[in-house]
Amino acid sequence: MLEIRDLHVSADGKEIIKGVSLKIKPGEIQALMGPNGSGKSSIALALAGHPHYKITSGKVLLDGRNITKISPDKRAKLGLFLAMQHPVAIPGVSVANFLRTSLCSSKKGSPTAKFVETFKKDMKELRIDESFASRGINDGFSGGEKKKSEILQLSLLKPKYAVLDETDSGLDIDSLKIVTAAIKKAVGPGIGILLITHYQRILKYIQPGFVHVLVDGRIVKSGGYKLAEEIEDKGYQAISNAKIQMSKEIQSPND
Amino acid sequence: MAKVSTMQENNDYKSKYSFSKPEHYVFKSKKGLSKAVVEEISYQKGEPSWMRDFRLKSYEIFETKKTPTWGPDLSELNYDDIYYYIKPIDKKSANWQDLPKEIRDTYKKIGIPEAERKYLAGVEAQYDSEVIYGSIKKDWEEKGVIFTDTDTALKKYPDLFKEYFAQAVPPSDNKFAALNSAVWSGGSFIYVPKGVKIDIPLQAYFRINSPQMGQFERTLIIVDKGAQVHYVEGCTAPIYTSDSLHAAVVEIFVKKGARCRYTTIQNWSKNVYNLVTKRAFVEEEGTMEWIDGNLGSKVNMKYPSCFLKGKGARGELLSISSAGKGQEQDSGGKMIHLAPATTSRIVSKSISKDGGKTAFRGLVKMIKGVKGAKTHVQCNSLILDEKSAATTYPSMQIEEADVEAAHEATVGKIGEEQLFYLMSRGITQNEATSLIVNGFIDPIVKELPLEYAIELNRLIQLEMIGSVG
Repeated sequence: MLEIRDLHVSADGKEIIKGVSLKIKPGEIQALMGPNGSGKSSIALALAGHPHYKITSGKVLLDGRNITKISPDKRAKLGLFLAMQHPVAIPGVSVANFLRTSLCSSKKGSPTAKFVETFKKDMKELRIDESFASRGINDGFSGGEKKKSEILQLSLLKPKYAVLDETDSGLDIDSLKIVTAAIKKAVGPGIGILLITHYQRILKYIQPGFVHVLVDGRIVKSGGYKLAEEIEDKGYQAISNAKIQMSKEIQSPND
Repeated sequence: MAKVSTMQENNDYKSKYSFSKPEHYVFKSKKGLSKAVVEEISYQKGEPSWMRDFRLKSYEIFETKKTPTWGPDLSELNYDDIYYYIKPIDKKSANWQDLPKEIRDTYKKIGIPEAERKYLAGVEAQYDSEVIYGSIKKDWEEKGVIFTDTDTALKKYPDLFKEYFAQAVPPSDNKFAALNSAVWSGGSFIYVPKGVKIDIPLQAYFRINSPQMGQFERTLIIVDKGAQVHYVEGCTAPIYTSDSLHAAVVEIFVKKGARCRYTTIQNWSKNVYNLVTKRAFVEEEGTMEWIDGNLGSKVNMKYPSCFLKGKGARGELLSISSAGKGQEQDSGGKMIHLAPATTSRIVSKSISKDGGKTAFRGLVKMIKGVKGAKTHVQCNSLILDEKSAATTYPSMQIEEADVEAAHEATVGKIGEEQLFYLMSRGITQNEATSLIVNGFIDPIVKELPLEYAIELNRLIQLEMIGSVG
């Protein structure tokens, strides 16, 4: 289980996340929605261990292990993956080289021939051209290519828990279908997913079991998939005005 | 454990240099430079009088010039504390165990075979590669290619030699060119006849009779019309030498439609001042490419240049410098456009860490009348920690309006975002740093011969693992 307990996160001395709690079990898909500025990405980056986002109180536990203070690479090795909203470009470091290094570090290092085979297959399913492999990671990639690249990494690295930060933004409808198909395939073996999104469009393709609404650094409402439809109808403002829930322990549907 | 080959060296000296004049012997073991030492050098080499006179004149110029102060600090250079010619036998580092530990460790880590380690350490003479390159050599000779050491060329091809020697770099050019002109010894002499294109790179250690790691090497390369050659020298592995001053001169003449690429990687031990003058004259439609790697030495000052003398001539410089603790890499280049439609390109990448300093000095000059000339200069510096520094001094002197000139310079640290991105995929900070640094220098490493590229990448990896955390 990936557990976030009463998390408080600050950046530039300002508190952005004001006490968030979540529990995600293997095989579950949970969505985190909210208006711009609510702090969705901050949670994602703090979970992954970004140096800029400081966890001032609260805990993050991965399969019972406290990962709140450990370095990003160690969190990844324990099975956490973050698909970023704005992946940074690293010119000169090819996608192939980067993935291979990453796989070896995670000790999932496959023999080279097998790696290439899997890699090509996954790229094909995501409709990514083979020339992609020799380009510098995220260097000159279009928005859509960047998002596909993140999901390609998800498929290859096979983490235990994945946080997908606005994977749908910048994707056209065809790409969205391809990407969500790849995500669903990855969920099969029992990955727990936290899907962060602003719009509910992606949720039509990947239905979450549970939806949480984040406003101004706090979860104001949680519910089933129907909550996402309610947001589409009424908007975030109406939802947050109706009820403010302060750091309530959220039960997962399977409890 | 390596055998000390002192007996072998004694015999070599006896056969090469006459011991019949005992009054000269005293100069051979003495430090410092004087008119007498210069005369002795010329005498020992058995040179024609014009070369002796040239050396003496150069020595006078050397004496009148001041040590430059516009660059790194050279005040500790003591000209009197250097051997300018034959050194006493026991001074040479003949024992593998005497090498600095860090160099022995690097050799081991890089995976250099035992025999090569000894060669690089100066313990054993170069192994006889006659068998290996014998047939290649025959092929060149049939085509009229000359590839020998400069001392031999002076004697064997005097007219050709005299036509080009010191025509690109006169002794008056700078103090260290004057010094080299006075005491030069060894180096490569290459002549490629019209239309001959040599496919494989010529390597410095193919030469027979090449004195190892000469401090005052003088290299002369002439590529005749339509010909092509790639010359490679140096080594990515660190080379230990007790000689603290290296002042080489390289002169290259690229004739009409010809092409020359000169690749160097230097990794001298950190006690060396490496002060080199490299210049190419490029004629109409000719191309000159300098690939310059600066990894070692205490102070390195090197600015390969191209004088683009003929219409449509092209000059290119790709340079990598890495400065670690106690090092100053002062590098860059010059492109002088003297004819219309000439093009030049400079790409310089430098890395500094552990208090190392890098400086890029670039000059592009275009005289009036060079219509249609183009230049592009790119210099990127990476600073890996707060102790280190990088400076750039780009300069463009453009005297013609109808040209294109572009310049971009960046100085930065490794991005926090980039590091985080890689680490979030399970890559450790050290691995991430070396991936990023290798990516940074990739555009230049791509141009290196494969073995160099691989070794360079491994070296960088080693350096990063040593320095981070």
